[in-house]
Amino acid sequence: MKIKNFNLGLGGFLGNNPKLSNFLPQAVTLFAIIFIIGFFTFNAQTNMDTRGIDFGFGFLTQESSFDIQFSLIDYDGSHSYAKAYLVGLLNTLLVSIIGIFFATVLGVVVGISRLSSNYLIAKLAGIYVEIFRNIPLLLQIFFWYFAALRALPLPKEAISFFDVSFLTIKGFFVPKLVWTNFSVFFYSLVAAIVSIVFIYIHAKRKQESTGQRMPVFFISLGLLIILPLIASLLGGVGLDYEYPELVQQSKTIFNFKGGINIIPELMALALALSLYTATFIAECVRAGIMGVSKGQKEAAASIGLTPGQVLKLVIMPQALRIIIPPTTNQYLNLTKNSSLAAAIAYPDLVLVFAGTAMMQTGRAIEIVSITMLTYLTLSIAISIFMNWYNKKIAIKEK
Amino acid sequence: MSKTLKTLVYLLTSIALLVSFETGAMAAKKSKTLKKTQKMGYVRCGVSQGLPGFSNADAAGNWSGVDVDVCRAVAAATLGDSGKVKFYPLSAKERFTALTSGEIDVLSRNTTWTLSRDADIGLTFVGVNFYDGQGFMVRKGSGITSTSQFKSGISACTNIGTTTELNMRDFFNSKGIKYEPVAFEKADEVVAAYDAGRCDTYTTDKSGLAAQRTKLSKPDDHIVLPETISKEPLGPVVRQGDSVWEDIVRWSLNVMIEAEEYGITSANADSMKSSENPAIKRLVGAEGELGAAFGLDNDWSLRIIKQVGNYGESYKRNIADTGILPDRGPNQLWTKGGILYVPPAR
Repeated sequence: MKIKNFNLGLGGFLGNNPKLSNFLPQAVTLFAIIFIIGFFTFNAQTNMDTRGIDFGFGFLTQESSFDIQFSLIDYDGSHSYAKAYLVGLLNTLLVSIIGIFFATVLGVVVGISRLSSNYLIAKLAGIYVEIFRNIPLLLQIFFWYFAALRALPLPKEAISFFDVSFLTIKGFFVPKLVWTNFSVFFYSLVAAIVSIVFIYIHAKRKQESTGQRMPVFFISLGLLIILPLIASLLGGVGLDYEYPELVQQSKTIFNFKGGINIIPELMALALALSLYTATFIAECVRAGIMGVSKGQKEAAASIGLTPGQVLKLVIMPQALRIIIPPTTNQYLNLTKNSSLAAAIAYPDLVLVFAGTAMMQTGRAIEIVSITMLTYLTLSIAISIFMNWYNKKIAIKEK
Repeated sequence: MSKTLKTLVYLLTSIALLVSFETGAMAAKKSKTLKKTQKMGYVRCGVSQGLPGFSNADAAGNWSGVDVDVCRAVAAATLGDSGKVKFYPLSAKERFTALTSGEIDVLSRNTTWTLSRDADIGLTFVGVNFYDGQGFMVRKGSGITSTSQFKSGISACTNIGTTTELNMRDFFNSKGIKYEPVAFEKADEVVAAYDAGRCDTYTTDKSGLAAQRTKLSKPDDHIVLPETISKEPLGPVVRQGDSVWEDIVRWSLNVMIEAEEYGITSANADSMKSSENPAIKRLVGAEGELGAAFGLDNDWSLRIIKQVGNYGESYKRNIADTGILPDRGPNQLWTKGGILYVPPAR
């Protein structure tokens, strides 16, 4: 009774001031947030003061003095912590991009297979999904890593691919490309891609106005091969290979020198992330396809489209609208899950920066904040891109 | 209305004053951490996630090791019972944050004492309970018997969050050897990867190598190379800012070492009370008022010796008898050719 009265009182009070009833709850929330953040900052400040810890980002320019196993850019221990951060970030991006690519390809294939009329294919796809999405990812990472380590041979007995690439327990050694006049090749490639885009737009317009279809795929392929080829011949582009070669280090220790080493940690992590995330993407794809009404498929078939065309031209464009938003989540998950890399020594952002660098400098608050902000930025970037793509393929009401 | 308010303000102010005086007076004798520990009834001790000989839990969850014994000594001194310790297994990466954030009160986790750790990040090292150095382990079959045989391209497994990554770089750089560092977050994965053949060598503190070797599938196929590439004085750490607690932990360790020096063991500690030597009598609490300086009773050191034993007993029980490092090497008393030398307890 009392409470009801109070409610009525407050409601009446606010009801009489529409501006206030809009403004007050928001102001209270804002104050609460400021207060909470302020409280924690103040608390951290006081505690750090009493324990003699100072706060600052000056350490980023200091020499890191630790080496990293695998780096996409030139780095060694004489570089700064900021550069070590960059190495970790690039490694995180690398494994995320590889993972997202393979997870998407595999996920789409498996998702479509689950709806296949072929019993065996549908069942196999179903079994794959159920097994891989129900085992914790960390276990899968360990499984692939240690399974790979057990299965792969030592460098001396390497599995050789045409004597130029070698698969060993220490990684997959592939030839390194050594370019001369690389820029000529690069710009011709860019030119080819740009012209393909224009041809694609032209073909689309032509089809819309006349109904004629151009063989866009073959024209693009031709352009992509011929243009860089001609440019390379005229521009003097040279391509050489640096092959990995076996070097003996002691009685039983051998190793490969030269070439590029794709380390087993990267392979295991990318494999585990792809296989795990692909199951969720497969389910998104299946849901998307099933979300398109059956009549659409039957109507498309009745006008004489082949099953492939039905899928490509009628089902997928509609299914994508259902598939994209949950798949975005899976991309975000994959990127964040890549931080499990630390367990198997893949030098990602968490292992390098929130691991070694944090230990060497003792700057827990600074480094954890930077790491969190980085993941937040990555996730938001992926979200923005996927939202843009989602909007692009959404139904355009005419 | 205003009268009640005034009374309330007076009351609150006087309580606040009283509390501040009270704590001010106590601080002289009792540390905040000690007070908290005694209130909780256990010592919060950060240890490793499993390093035989230093801090390792058995199947029943009982911790043992020389690092564990330091915490047990602190518990015996402050709470009267060496069993009143709560162990927090920490990774190398987590350990300092756990200590500075107040999750634990003693960090006794084979931690190397370095300048930057001591000065920079709010920690204070209280002493050394194990003199160690970084070494390398290789397969016997590799034919390598010395680090001078290492060649460019060698891959070395280790774990992150330790000084080993830095020492390794200094070592290989000084020899002009290009190497591949494979750094894991946890020691168990390092062992597994090295065992599988991912790396040619495994590098960490020599005591760690000796202990981890026992976890390999064929321990006898591996050897620890004789060279030591760094100084690694390992010891317990406390948070900065509580000097009394710092002293308690420091002297709990020192008492164990000094007890060995004077031949006081867990078995004969009681009978030593009637010793002629005043230094011995002080250690077993029969003379002097040593505990009072910390806000402890006078039997604190006797309890340490009786319940945990002296340093030699602890070493024998945890490291020598388990076959990890039967030879005490530098961890022998200064009187017997080692470098264990602690200030006198007087």
